Amino acid sequence: MRHGIVIRDKKPIQEIKVIGFDVNKIREDFPILSTLVRGKPLIYLDNAATTQKPQIVIHNVSNYYATYNSNIHRGVHYLSEFATRKYEIARKSIRKFINSQYDEEIIFLRGTTEGINLIAQTYGRKNFKEGDEIILTEMEHHSNIVPWQILAEEKNLKLKVLPIDENGELILEDLVKLITTKTKLISVVHISNSLGTINPIEEIIQIAHSYGIPVLLDGAQSIQHLKIDVRKLDCDFFVFSGHKIFGPTGIGVLYGKKILLDDMPPYQGGGDMIKSVNFEKTIFNDLPYKYEAGTPNIVGAIGLAEAIKYFESVAIEDIINYETHLLSYATELLSEIKGLRIIGTAKNKASVISFVINDIHPHDIGTIVDMDGIAIRTGHHCTEPVMRHFGVPATSRASFCFYNTKDEVEQLATSLQKVIQMFS
Amino acid sequence: MDEIKELYQQMILDHNKEPRNYGKLNNATNIAQGHNPLCGDKIDIYLVIDDGKIQDVKFYGSGCAISKASSSIMTTILKGKTIDEAKGLFEKFHNVVTSDTESEIDVIDLGKLAVFYGVREFPARIKCASLPWHTMMDALEKNESTTSTE
Repeated sequence: MRHGIVIRDKKPIQEIKVIGFDVNKIREDFPILSTLVRGKPLIYLDNAATTQKPQIVIHNVSNYYATYNSNIHRGVHYLSEFATRKYEIARKSIRKFINSQYDEEIIFLRGTTEGINLIAQTYGRKNFKEGDEIILTEMEHHSNIVPWQILAEEKNLKLKVLPIDENGELILEDLVKLITTKTKLISVVHISNSLGTINPIEEIIQIAHSYGIPVLLDGAQSIQHLKIDVRKLDCDFFVFSGHKIFGPTGIGVLYGKKILLDDMPPYQGGGDMIKSVNFEKTIFNDLPYKYEAGTPNIVGAIGLAEAIKYFESVAIEDIINYETHLLSYATELLSEIKGLRIIGTAKNKASVISFVINDIHPHDIGTIVDMDGIAIRTGHHCTEPVMRHFGVPATSRASFCFYNTKDEVEQLATSLQKVIQMFS
Repeated sequence: MDEIKELYQQMILDHNKEPRNYGKLNNATNIAQGHNPLCGDKIDIYLVIDDGKIQDVKFYGSGCAISKASSSIMTTILKGKTIDEAKGLFEKFHNVVTSDTESEIDVIDLGKLAVFYGVREFPARIKCASLPWHTMMDALEKNESTTSTE
């Protein structure tokens, strides 16, 4: 096997200076960053797809299985009580992290996709009537399109789409034109996964609320790049995935305002979501358990809480500052490559760069840079409407995290030059 | 870069740049559409079959270098072959791209197909190389539906 996992020597490199932030030290927290792929040091630039895990998260996940694995709730034995406590502490720490008011506003589920589906199938199914309208944007991930299409088909709803401009920014002035008395929800992505655009979410929420319309915020890409304060944002629903913020896969969070969550019907029926069951009638449980049927991803929640603790220990201000520097350096370097066109040039961007090079197919680019140990993502990034808007079938996407270095950006640029040479 | 050189051999790069038998055939007797949703590759295969033989073949569409070159090389190989020979070549091609990476393959016997030997190292790209071949098989069956490698 040529693909092997080997620990490599760490070499100090000239870095972007953010006071109090030492990228080389941070990299030591992530075991995978010192491995080799295809015989080369891994350069992981696919952070928008999933982030790597710090040792402390890996340790806490394995520690659960090694020392207190048990099912939570209704257990009277020691392990069950201990695991229940850890699970509920995880909920509290997530509440604090996104600054929601109540613990029960934090619902654990599989991820962003399940969160959106839950809202569509509970809140949407209960409150939307034939002819009602939902506003989405042109830059939504398929997971914020398809659940609404399924519901729209079933209930005869209308989906309206807020368009984007040539920079990949929302044409915000069109929003009021789309709103009618039938508009029941605006569901919008906070940061675009394929363009990197940070949307003016405060303004959108303000406009929506001035018409009495609730807003669902897809936080899959913002949770690890911005400071999220759901009360300050005043969003009605916020969903994110744990694995995008250094936690395990298969765990995610739905935040909803208590008043809305209380009024929604359950999503799935099963254990834990009930107070009492008989064949004539079942009494559903209170929040948050009403939406957590079945044995949840216990270790996922615990791992996610650990990941958030780690994330906060790095200091979000430093992270934003460092990633901003990294993005501008990468943008500068990639812009210098002849034939390379960046897709998504919004003024306010997260550290994501989508690009095309001449007529070279992104999959060829992805395969060739992979040989240099560089992991980027190629394809439509589950945003086919965005691809159509820019007239490309697919893009290559490099997405950076605070553990990436200036040196890695330079190696990406060098590798892309090689691609061009090969196809010239 | 050895594997990558193997994968993007000069022949593939050449066929990508100047694809042979590119276009549509108005007198086609068999047509099939191939689609790889993963990368958006779309390849249509046009065949003129007469007297049990592939008299003419063209491909039309867009895709990555590997799918384009594979289409181009396939068309050059197929012209003049009987249906049975075409099916045999499909089997051969299939073996080239899916065989165990450790196994030895008789390169001389494979002719032009040998350039796809390197694809085996890149499981994600096998579908790119095999799309035109699956589509061709579909065309032989006169299957009107879209072939998908997903």
